[in-house]
Amino acid sequence: MESLTLSDVEQKYYSELFVYCDTDNTKKVASNGRVLDLFRAAQLPSEVVLQITELCGATRLGHFGRSQFYIALKLIAIAQSGLPLRVESLNSVKDLPLPRFVVGKNEAEARHAALYQDADSQGLYPAPGTALIPRPPGRGLQNKKGPPSSTSLPAHEVIQPLAPSIEAQPEPTSPVISPHQSPPTSPHSWRKHKRQHSGGNADRQQVVAATGAVWTQFREPQTGPVTGDGMWSSHSPPPPLPPSQESWVSFTADTPPSSTLPAMHPSSVQESTTIRTVASAATTNEIQRQSSGYDDPWKITDEQRQYYINQFKTIQPDLTGLIPGSAAKEFFTKSKLPILELSHIWELSDFDKDGALTLDEFCAAFHLVVARKNGYDLPEKLPESLMPKLIDLDDSAEVPEPAAEVGFSASPVEVTPNKSPSMPSLNQAWPEMNQSNEDTAIVHPVPIRMTPSKIHMQEMELKRTGSDHNHPTSPLLAKPPELSEETKLPPSMKFVAANTVGDGYSSSDSFTSDPEPITRQRSQSGASPEALKVVAPPPPPPRPQQSHSRSSSLDMNRTFAATAAPGQPQPSAIAFPPAVPPRPLPTQSSVPLTGHRVEAEGVPAGGAVLTTTSPQQIPQQPNFADFSQFQAFAASEQPSSLPDIDKHSEAGQADKISEGAGPLRTVKSDGPADERTSATVNSAKGSSGPLAPPPKPVRRRLKSEDELRPEDEQIGPQKAAAIAAPLTSQPSISRSVGKDKKAIQASIRRNKETNTVLARLNSELQQQLKDLLEERISLEVQLEQLRPFSHL
Amino acid sequence: MAVCIAVIAKENYPLYIRSVPCQNELKFHYTVHTSLDVVEEKVSAVGKSLADQRELYLGLLYPTEDYKVYGYVTNSKVKFVIVVDSSNTSLRDNEIRSMFRKLHNSFTDVMCNPFYNPGDPIQSKAFNGIVSGMMVQTG
Repeated sequence: MESLTLSDVEQKYYSELFVYCDTDNTKKVASNGRVLDLFRAAQLPSEVVLQITELCGATRLGHFGRSQFYIALKLIAIAQSGLPLRVESLNSVKDLPLPRFVVGKNEAEARHAALYQDADSQGLYPAPGTALIPRPPGRGLQNKKGPPSSTSLPAHEVIQPLAPSIEAQPEPTSPVISPHQSPPTSPHSWRKHKRQHSGGNADRQQVVAATGAVWTQFREPQTGPVTGDGMWSSHSPPPPLPPSQESWVSFTADTPPSSTLPAMHPSSVQESTTIRTVASAATTNEIQRQSSGYDDPWKITDEQRQYYINQFKTIQPDLTGLIPGSAAKEFFTKSKLPILELSHIWELSDFDKDGALTLDEFCAAFHLVVARKNGYDLPEKLPESLMPKLIDLDDSAEVPEPAAEVGFSASPVEVTPNKSPSMPSLNQAWPEMNQSNEDTAIVHPVPIRMTPSKIHMQEMELKRTGSDHNHPTSPLLAKPPELSEETKLPPSMKFVAANTVGDGYSSSDSFTSDPEPITRQRSQSGASPEALKVVAPPPPPPRPQQSHSRSSSLDMNRTFAATAAPGQPQPSAIAFPPAVPPRPLPTQSSVPLTGHRVEAEGVPAGGAVLTTTSPQQIPQQPNFADFSQFQAFAASEQPSSLPDIDKHSEAGQADKISEGAGPLRTVKSDGPADERTSATVNSAKGSSGPLAPPPKPVRRRLKSEDELRPEDEQIGPQKAAAIAAPLTSQPSISRSVGKDKKAIQASIRRNKETNTVLARLNSELQQQLKDLLEERISLEVQLEQLRPFSHL
Repeated sequence: MAVCIAVIAKENYPLYIRSVPCQNELKFHYTVHTSLDVVEEKVSAVGKSLADQRELYLGLLYPTEDYKVYGYVTNSKVKFVIVVDSSNTSLRDNEIRSMFRKLHNSFTDVMCNPFYNPGDPIQSKAFNGIVSGMMVQTG
C-alpha cells in the first residue's frame, strides 16, 4: 500500500467513514454493502470505482483494510475532482476536497437509480451493438469468469463479484465475499445449472430488481474495460473480468472485484436473465456454491450454447454443415477484437484445420471471443471443454471440474489437432466397424496403413481383388465392404469383384470363367494382410477335410457314398465322381505346392511337389465317370495315369512359368491353372489314343456337366473299342450318367471345399506378403538412413 | 536443430524469420538472403509441372564454414529456408525433410486461417510453437 498522508480533516472524515462501513468492527472492511453503497454514492463511473478499488489494493487483499479504505476514499476524492487516478497522486495532490458521497435517503433507491441509469445506458449500447457478438459474450463471460476469478483471487472480497457466477462459475473468492451481499438471491436465480454463483452482490440484487435488462443489452467493453483490464490482469487472470465486467454486462460472475461498481449490476442483471428472482438466498449458500463448484471456466452453458447455435444458424442454417472461413471471419470481426487475437482464436478453434467451422468449432470460437472480450486471456491450447468432440454435452453435468483450469493456460489435455481429417472419422468408424464386423482384426491394420500411401494403395488393391477369391460366400462379401470403408476404397469394387468371383466359384463349371479368377488371383497375390486376416477366420469350417483331401481317401469315401457304390472293387473306380475329385486334388496338391513355391520361389520345386502329389491323383483321374471302362482298363489306366501325372506336373510348371510374375502367385492361380492345364493336357492325352480313357476323366472334371455326358459317351465308345465287353459298356454308360450326376454333385462339394482351402492359403500367403512388405519397408528405411553417409 | 528458420514469400520478402538468439543474428538474415539466389537457381533448374515432395525439397543449398543451408519451396513459390549449425552431427536428410514437412504443414494451417492475409507477416502462435520446437532442439 502506498503510504498515505492525510490531512487531519481527511483523516477524521475517513475514519468516520471507515467506522461506518466497518459494520463488523473488525477493523477491516469487507466488501460489504456499505462500502459498495458508499462508493456508489460517490457517483463515479463504475470503471473508476473499479480502478480505485484496485489501486487501493483491495483487490489484492480481498477486502478493504483501513489503509486501503482510506486510499480508496482519497482516490474517490481525486476522481471526483476530475484528476486522473494515479497512485502518485495520492500524496501529491494537495488541497483535495473531501470525497463527496451522495447519501440518498434510501441507499437502495440510490442504488436503484444508479442501476437503472447504468442499465439504461448499457441497454442503449447493445442496440446499435455490433452484432450479436457482444451480447452473448456477456453471458458467457459471466460463466467463465466465475471459476477463474474464484480460484485466483480468493481475496476479492471487496470487489463483489458482479456477475453472479452465473451459470456456472463459482467464485472461489466468494467465500469471503458472501457476507456483504444481500442479494444472494441473485446467484440462485442466475445459476441455471448447478453452477455456483459468486457471492451475490448487494448490487446484484438491486440490479436484478432494477434492470431486467436482458443480456442482450451488452455494452461493448472495449474502451472502458480496457484500462481496467490492464489493471486487473496484472493481478491474475480472473481479475480482468471485473473491469470488463463493468462494461460487459455479461460478466460472468466470478469474483469480479468490481462488485462495488454499479456497472456490475446491469451485468448481473443480465446474468439473471435466465432467472430473475431476487431470492434472498443466504450468502452462505452462495459461498458454498461458490466454493464447491469450481467449474471449468471454459465450459459453455446451455444458454450460451443455445445462443451460439442460434448465431450459427444465421450463418449456416444447417447445423451439421460448415461455416466457411470467410463468413466466420466477417462474423468474428464484428466483435472488434484485434485481428491477431481473432487469428489465434481461429487457430484454437478450427480443430480439424479445414478452414471452416463446424457447430462445435463455432461454439468454441464464439466462447473464446466472449472470454477475450471479457478480459480473459486466450489460452495457449484449446481447453478441453471446448474441444469439438463435446457436442451437446450437458454443461451442467460437468459442474465440479476441479481446478484443473486455473487460469486459462492450464488447458488440460489437448487433443493433438489431427492434421488428417480422416483420423477422427476413422476413430469413430472403428467402433462401428467392430460391431458390424465379426472379425475385429480388420480394424487395426487398416488405419495404420493409411499413412504409407503407396503400400497401402497396393494393399488396398490387392485386398480388393483378393477378397474376391477368399470366399465366395457371404462373409467375404460382407467384409470387403467394411474393409473398403475403412480403407476408403470404393466398396463397389469389392462387391463387384466378390460377387463375380463368388458366382464363378459357385458353379462347378467355373472354369469357363477361369481367366477372371486367375487374373484376380494374380493381382491378389499382394492382398493386404488385413483382408487376409479377415478372410482367414471365415474359411475354417469347410476346410478340415480338404486339408487331408490330398489323400483322396476322403474324396473317395465321399465318392463312394455319392456314387451309390457301383460296387466295383477297383479302388480306382472310386474315383467315379472322378470328374470332381481330380479337381480338388490338384488344387490341394498345388496348395502345398504354392506354399512351397513361395518359400522357395522355385518353379521346379513346385513341379516336383506337384509330381509327388499327382501320383495320388492318379487313381482318381482315370476313373472319371466311367466306371465300367475303368474296370476294364484297370490295368491300362494305371499306366495311363502315369503320363497324366507327368503331364500334370508339366502343366503345373508351365503354369508357374507363365504366371511367373509374382512368387506370391499362390495356390489359387495354380489351382485353376493346373486344372486348366490339366484339361489341356487331358485333351492332349485324349489325342494320344490309348490314353484316351484317362484323359477323358480329367477333362470331364474340368468341363461342365453337360460335357460330362458327351464325354462319357465318347469315352464309352472309345473304351468299348478297347473293352472286350461291349455289353458292359451300355450299362456302364447308363450307370455313368447316373454316376455323373452324383459325381457332379460331389464335384460341387469338392469345389467348395477346395475354395475354402484356397482361401485359407490365400490368407496365409497374404500374411506372408505383408510380412515381406514390412521387411522391405524397414530395409528401405535403413537404406535411407545410410544414404546421407554415402553422400558425405 | 536449426539455428535459423525463415519463410520467404513469393516475392522474396520474408514472411517469417527467426533465429537462435545470438550476438550476430543479422548474419543469419544475410545468409538467408543470399540463399535465395541459390533457391531461384534450383527452382528454375528443377523445372516444373511435377511438384512431388521430392522437388519441393531442394536439399542442401550451400554449406559454409559454420553451417549449412537447406531449402524447400512450395507450389506457391513460398520458400522455407533452414540454417543448421554444422557442428551438430550432421542431421540426416530425412530429419531435414521432416522439419520442412512440419513447417509446410503449419504454414498451411496459417494460410487456412481466414484472419490471415497472405503476405502478412506470420504471427501465429502455433507456427511459432512449431518453429521453436525445431530450434530449441539445437540446444
